[in-house]
Amino acid sequence: MSTSNFPGGAIVRHAAVWIAAIVVIIVMPYVFTSSSSVSMMSQMGVFIVFALSYNMLLGEAGMLSFGHAVYFGLGGFLTLHAIRAVNDDVWSFPLELMPLVGGLGGLAFGVIFGSVSTRRAGVTFAMITLGIGAMVEASANMFTNFFGGESGVSGNRVTEVTLLPFSYGPQIEVYYLIGAWTIVAALLMFLLTKTPLGRMANAVRDNPERAQFVGYSTTIARFIQFALSGFFAGIAGGLFAILFEIMTAPNVGLIQSGAVLLMTFIGGLGVFFGPIIGAVLVTYMQIALSGFSEGWILYFGLLFVLMVMYVPNGIAGVIVSHFAPWQAGLAHRFAVPYLLAIVPALLALAGLVTMIEMGYHLSLAYDPSRPIELFGMEITATSVAAWVVAVALFAAGLVALRWVAGRIRQRWGEVNQAMDAQRAKQ
Amino acid sequence: MTDALTLSQVKKRFGPAEIIRGVDLALAPGERHAIIGPNGAGKSTLFNLISGRYPLSSGQVQLHGRRISGLAPHQINRRGLSRSFQITNLFQRMTVFENLRCALLWARGYGYSFWHLVGRQSALNEEAEQHLEKLGLQKRRDVPASLLTYAEQRTLEIGTTIAGGANVILLDEPTAGMSLSERDHAIELIRNVTVDKTLLIVEHDMGVVFDLADRISVLVYGQIIASDEPDQIRGNAEVQNAYLGT
Ligand SMILES: Nc1ncnc2c1ncn2[C@@H]1O[C@H](COP(=O)(O)OP(=O)(O)OP(=O)(O)O)[C@@H](O)[C@H]1O
Ligand SMILES: [Mg+2]
Repeated sequence: MSTSNFPGGAIVRHAAVWIAAIVVIIVMPYVFTSSSSVSMMSQMGVFIVFALSYNMLLGEAGMLSFGHAVYFGLGGFLTLHAIRAVNDDVWSFPLELMPLVGGLGGLAFGVIFGSVSTRRAGVTFAMITLGIGAMVEASANMFTNFFGGESGVSGNRVTEVTLLPFSYGPQIEVYYLIGAWTIVAALLMFLLTKTPLGRMANAVRDNPERAQFVGYSTTIARFIQFALSGFFAGIAGGLFAILFEIMTAPNVGLIQSGAVLLMTFIGGLGVFFGPIIGAVLVTYMQIALSGFSEGWILYFGLLFVLMVMYVPNGIAGVIVSHFAPWQAGLAHRFAVPYLLAIVPALLALAGLVTMIEMGYHLSLAYDPSRPIELFGMEITATSVAAWVVAVALFAAGLVALRWVAGRIRQRWGEVNQAMDAQRAKQ
Repeated sequence: MTDALTLSQVKKRFGPAEIIRGVDLALAPGERHAIIGPNGAGKSTLFNLISGRYPLSSGQVQLHGRRISGLAPHQINRRGLSRSFQITNLFQRMTVFENLRCALLWARGYGYSFWHLVGRQSALNEEAEQHLEKLGLQKRRDVPASLLTYAEQRTLEIGTTIAGGANVILLDEPTAGMSLSERDHAIELIRNVTVDKTLLIVEHDMGVVFDLADRISVLVYGQIIASDEPDQIRGNAEVQNAYLGT
């Protein structure tokens, strides 16, 4: 009987996914060779670990935290202090294992703050995490020895104490170090979902009352999950410290906490790989958009609002919802309506971006009548015609998008019916 | 021999309303005891008091001679008392199999372990499979609880309650809303899974009650007006007036 619980097929399939992930990590720098790409991919690794650790709370245990950067940031600061100690020859510890310092720091603070916050669930829990986050961020001004004041704490990751024959000076060596940690941490967090604690975290999320009546204290289950999540957030912070060699007070702050919530949510809470997608996408957008526009945070805000309203299960949720039609051989029936959606979506987006950029230009530029470059065109923000065109694009795109959305819904209805019919035949 | 479950002068007040007004009850080990009474008499409230879901206003509950009133629900459960709910109360997003396995975890000593993989625990999984079979839900093994039929959910509710091996079982209207054949099946199941256990059951169907119970208590308006063997209860005039006659 027990073989049916752990079919060999599933093991092989799981192993294949993880091996594929390792191969992707190894190969990526050969595909994207520029140093800015390697740096971006290193950041993606850091935020994958951070977002997965956040999903241990929100996705697995239903705990909405507004202060998860506390464990990330404190882990990072501790790691950097440890690196400085090695720089100063006060301590000897290999750089490869430095993220463990961050992890243990995150765990310790997770135990301390978690013992307060996890006594309550729901809104109360969320409020306590917000309070702790604000408190820690504010305390950065008090404990300037630890947080380094305005300029933060910096160190030199080339400590010359390493296990492997690398200096970790070159970006690419750091990339592979982060890649290795990302795989290990992600695998551990995945396995954690398969343990008694992981199962009961889900149970406490779904029905805390019943969890008590099968013998579990919901408080203790939440607390342990919280502390372990702090451990992995601290590892992410340690990797961040190694990558940037500097930590500043905002790294423990509420904006950073908001960012990880955003990543996790956009990627999708309900599926293990959701936060990975979110971390990759948001990191990419953050870097790409912040070079492109003054208003990049506004774009994030818009994306977040749209996701919450129209795609509450995140990108991973959308992907997973297509598995069943795919298996039933019906996925191709979405091709036409989805392709149809691209054109109006791009139109609406172009109109919106033009309006936002012109708006920013008008209010911020020294000479608002100087044209801005957008989509390869020169656009004058003070011209009425440009505004009319932008608004028209946006409105026309939205109207068409509504129409396509109706077609997509209709197609979903047909596909669901077809799947029901298939099932009935079996 | 100490009683399996003892209630002494248990009272419960919700604001000004006293819902349980001094209940005394003793269940011998192995006894199957039914509680009957009209709607709103306080039967579910009594279960909530015994299982720790609500605190008592006054009085005491003992399990095998040790006080359990004042303990949290999970602590009471660990001492060997398990309950079901009148309104189905499952892990809705988990499969049938996972519901049963979760109900076994504490009892089999896994606690909050984050170093065991549940899929690898063959004894645990075997036991969950056995419960699945006992419940007749093998075909629905991998279906989320939320997608089960009503009768299947009620069956899983019973299964989740007994899986951990508690020796005092409280079932709150386990067969309510079932069809006749489903009910027969469920009663047979209850009879089988509670062998050598102490059972306290709330049930409206008199046929089931008189058939299953060793003793019956009649709860009316928060007080037990009679507690006796089925034949005696049947002949009790006061009970006839208060309940059976109507
Ligand atoms: N949490 C609560 N707060 C206030 N009043 C409550 C609460 N729980 C139950 N009551 C009241 O206590 C009384 C008894 O309710 P209870 O559910 O125990 O009855 P019951 O005997 O189980 O009835 P039924 O046969 O309908 O299940 C009802 O009048 C109910 O409104
Ligand atoms: Mg009731």
